[in-house]
Amino acid sequence: MSRKIVGPFNRVEGDLEVQLDIKDNRVQDAWVVSPLYRGFEQILHGKDPNDALVYTPRICGICSVSQSVATARALADAQGISMSPNGSIATNLILGNENVADHLTHFYLFFMPDFARNVYSGKSWFDLIQRRFKAVSGSATKEILPPRAEFLHLMGLLAGKWPHSLAIQPGGTTRSIAIQEKIRIQSILQNFRRFLEQTLFADNLEAIIDLKSQQELDNWLDTQNQKTNPGDFAHFLNLAHDLNLCELGRASDIFMSYGAYEKDDSHLFLRGVWDKQLVEFNPDTISEDISHSWMDHQNQAAHPYKGVTIPLADKSNAYTWCKAPRLDNQVVEVGALARQMVNGHPLIRDLVQQSGGNVRNRVIARLMEIAQVTIAMQNWIGEIKIKEPYCEHGKMPDEAQGFGLVEAARGSLGHWIRVKKGRILNYQIVAPTTWNFSPRDINGVRGALEQALLNAPVMEGEKNPVAVQHIVRSFDPCMVCTVH
Amino acid sequence: MSEQKNLLWLQSGGCGGCSMSLLCAEGPDLLSMFEGAGINLLWHPSLSESCDDDFHQLCDDILSGKLSLDILCLEGSVIRGPNGSGAFHRLSGSDKTMLQLIQELANQALHVVAIGSCAAYGGITSAGDNPTDSCGLQYEGKLKRGVLGDNFQSQSKLPVINIAGCPTHPNWVTETLIQLAFNELSTQHLDELGRPRSYADHLVHHACPRNEYYEFKASAVNPSELGCMMEHMGCLGTQAHADCNTRLWNGEGSCLRGGYACINCTSPDFERPSHPFMETPKIAGIPMGLPTDMPKAWFVALASLSKAATPPRLRTNSRSDHICIPPGKSAIEGKQGGKK
Repeated sequence: MSRKIVGPFNRVEGDLEVQLDIKDNRVQDAWVVSPLYRGFEQILHGKDPNDALVYTPRICGICSVSQSVATARALADAQGISMSPNGSIATNLILGNENVADHLTHFYLFFMPDFARNVYSGKSWFDLIQRRFKAVSGSATKEILPPRAEFLHLMGLLAGKWPHSLAIQPGGTTRSIAIQEKIRIQSILQNFRRFLEQTLFADNLEAIIDLKSQQELDNWLDTQNQKTNPGDFAHFLNLAHDLNLCELGRASDIFMSYGAYEKDDSHLFLRGVWDKQLVEFNPDTISEDISHSWMDHQNQAAHPYKGVTIPLADKSNAYTWCKAPRLDNQVVEVGALARQMVNGHPLIRDLVQQSGGNVRNRVIARLMEIAQVTIAMQNWIGEIKIKEPYCEHGKMPDEAQGFGLVEAARGSLGHWIRVKKGRILNYQIVAPTTWNFSPRDINGVRGALEQALLNAPVMEGEKNPVAVQHIVRSFDPCMVCTVH
Repeated sequence: MSEQKNLLWLQSGGCGGCSMSLLCAEGPDLLSMFEGAGINLLWHPSLSESCDDDFHQLCDDILSGKLSLDILCLEGSVIRGPNGSGAFHRLSGSDKTMLQLIQELANQALHVVAIGSCAAYGGITSAGDNPTDSCGLQYEGKLKRGVLGDNFQSQSKLPVINIAGCPTHPNWVTETLIQLAFNELSTQHLDELGRPRSYADHLVHHACPRNEYYEFKASAVNPSELGCMMEHMGCLGTQAHADCNTRLWNGEGSCLRGGYACINCTSPDFERPSHPFMETPKIAGIPMGLPTDMPKAWFVALASLSKAATPPRLRTNSRSDHICIPPGKSAIEGKQGGKK
């Protein structure tokens, strides 16, 4: 048995280390380490509740809007108000903008460059993939940065700027738009759609979201491969097939989604839990365990309302700053794949039915969402009624509590706030990658990535196992959110 | 210009938001800009292929002098806690703390650039009781007592260049890096807090589209209203050093255009106001923070005068989320505004 410590991992947001026990060319055991602690929950203690709107987006530069939405919802819950219809639509547009841009960034900048590594130089597809996806110098990076930036002009029009906006408030949004902005946004979305349909999918978005089974996907890929210029999605599917990425990185196969893009008390992507079948999600069963975290002053796993965050750097048996969240004591996986499992997308359900949660299926679900959410955004902008209110106004009681749930690109994010004497008494954050990259809990049960890494192949003489790189990045981790 | 400049980008106690903002650079995009300026990206956490051992080797090569480091960028604060150990941020895959690595590399670099207010002054990560004992490279808040110390100069004899902002505008970063790559940045291009004067010699107030409301003190009271946000909603645009409204964000945006207050994020200690961020502290009804360079008596006199003269159009529109009365019309819709 040899112990390998891999780090730093780049092309994940923030800092990550993975410790591996390797024997017989397989990963025998894994420990996921989050090496950075910043203490946002401590910083928020004693602050004016509305100040959380300034601090929490700054937990993360890539999930900034998701953090804003979770705070706004927690404050709204505590105040007993809800967003105006326009505010709610604008919030979905802003959140959709961030999430789709993040999915795109993940695919092109963070995930695909690993297939351009020299370790794959013997593969038939290597030259093509290297030219297209090589980190920094590949043609794709330069090609996607301008449309990504233009797509994020939506932020300029709806949220002032990205990241770190204050536009999302408990009662709605601060930026009222008029007809000219509405038209500008429609044009930007049209142009972005054109880019997706030419470059990423080489097909129209409806054809992608209509795919219903693995068989249909295989047929679609055959058609793509006849084309002179197949899209980047097809490039991925081809190499995923060749490398058997569907056999890599299986975790607990219990999937959770808080429900994404809320409107009129329902969601575009449903709320729920998938555990071989759809079951109801109950936020009261969420708890965080600190048995293996460098944390103190909490004797047993606690619901976030009762959670405590006091760091203890030299705690024995601990190996990360990350707490271990559990849903009814179970390890769940969150992210695009989980959302689409819960929401029941036929293709995603069929893929998971056949091969479970894995590297390939996580990436397909993410690209599927790019198509779905872009179409939804085109519908939402049409629903804005420009002279109706954008923001309701509430008042924070001196004593209150509330929570806000949202789906960030990489999964379920929740904030829990308790207010006493008009100030924040306790603020707890459970982020998507806190779920996915959780350490072991008191029962020794490994977190989702720790499970997914078990049995990962290590090639002969490989110093830095590339399979581990794929598995880690398939979750689209955000480490700055993880510990906060 | 023929010689490539090696740039290394590290992140510590921050959110990665300045990098995300930088990827929004346009005309040209970030990579074309690097190419044009002859900047060779040694490593960036969001962009580079290499990780793990290759990264440690890269740092070793710089520290042993084998590889020259022309520009060191740090994004995020320097974390000193707990108890000066730096253990709140250990470098992945090593026993070293980031505290240690940052200091070692800074001593080797030709130029040291703080990307964002965290790296410059401590920023958001040092807010509240500063649980991680965070500070900036050269500054801790307003004071020159960051980890590199008061007298620090990089090999180029420049102090740390503080591209403050939370996050930074992509062009603040790209233009400063280009100046450095072309050897066109000297101490005269930095203000007294180490910020590039190219953007810090301006005020956020300049070109604020709410300027007419400001002139007549027609103020917003609630989020989404169109009026000036200085009087009630905590806006510090008249004091904040940055060009956010002349050089817009994400195409056509800025905080004020987005309908929310400027929180003065380019300034040291912005993260610890003495009042809630979105409320204006006042004494006897007068905002405590006055516009930059304006004598208090003038402000009081002008404010009361302009309040008395506020046209009904501005008074009405300032409290609405869309324009109710267009210029030249009276409060009764459709009717031409008459003379006073």
